[in-house]
Amino acid sequence: MRRLPLAGAVLALAALHAGPAAAVKEGDRAPEIAAKKDAATPLRLSAYKGQVVLLDFWASWCGPCKQSFPWMNALHAKYAAQGLRIVAVNVDPRREDGERFLAQRPAQFLVGWDPDGATPAAYEVKAMPSSVLIGADGRVLHVHAGFRDEDAAALEVRIAAALADRR
Amino acid sequence: MTRTACTLLAAALLAGCAAPQAPKPWEKGNLSRPEMTMAGDALDQRFTQHIYQSKENGTGSSGVGGGGCGCN
Repeated sequence: MRRLPLAGAVLALAALHAGPAAAVKEGDRAPEIAAKKDAATPLRLSAYKGQVVLLDFWASWCGPCKQSFPWMNALHAKYAAQGLRIVAVNVDPRREDGERFLAQRPAQFLVGWDPDGATPAAYEVKAMPSSVLIGADGRVLHVHAGFRDEDAAALEVRIAAALADRR
Repeated sequence: MTRTACTLLAAALLAGCAAPQAPKPWEKGNLSRPEMTMAGDALDQRFTQHIYQSKENGTGSSGVGGGGCGCN
């Protein structure tokens, strides 16, 4: 009985040092996102059920994100008709920073705002930018960290394959 | 009873000693600002590098890619 408080204290300390949630992997059910399209409209993955979603995490301060935007615009132009939805979640704490980024690199695809970082936390994002390809069944098909022009071709192959599976 | 209270109090106080969490990859906006670099501005860094390379008689292998965003 005397050990009980000690055990409680150890448990309390252990809880404080608990590790981060496990990162989202291929085959996992994609967690719901907590972003907003604008002040009043929430942006949720459930709205795009049955479609292939490329979920991208970006920030105004992230260099490779600047490279990925023109590529995602091209993807949108090429595959939107086949059912690809690109959802780019901004993680800037101040939305003005993201708006400035968009003024220079307009996005044709959907942009969501998550200043609190709840969505990248749910996906346990490892790098900026990160993209998660989600199949029509709502399962994660591929997680990609960072963006380089060399990665683009391989990613596009995966996206095209996911769209072919959908049909 | 007092003992339990003391232990719990100690545990609560010790929790304050827990190391602060490192910023997550999506929280590095401020860290990636130019004024957060340890060295001077770009020109100053280049000058320092030039002097260093001429004194050491070697070039290359300095710096890494990326801007502190956790990618690359």
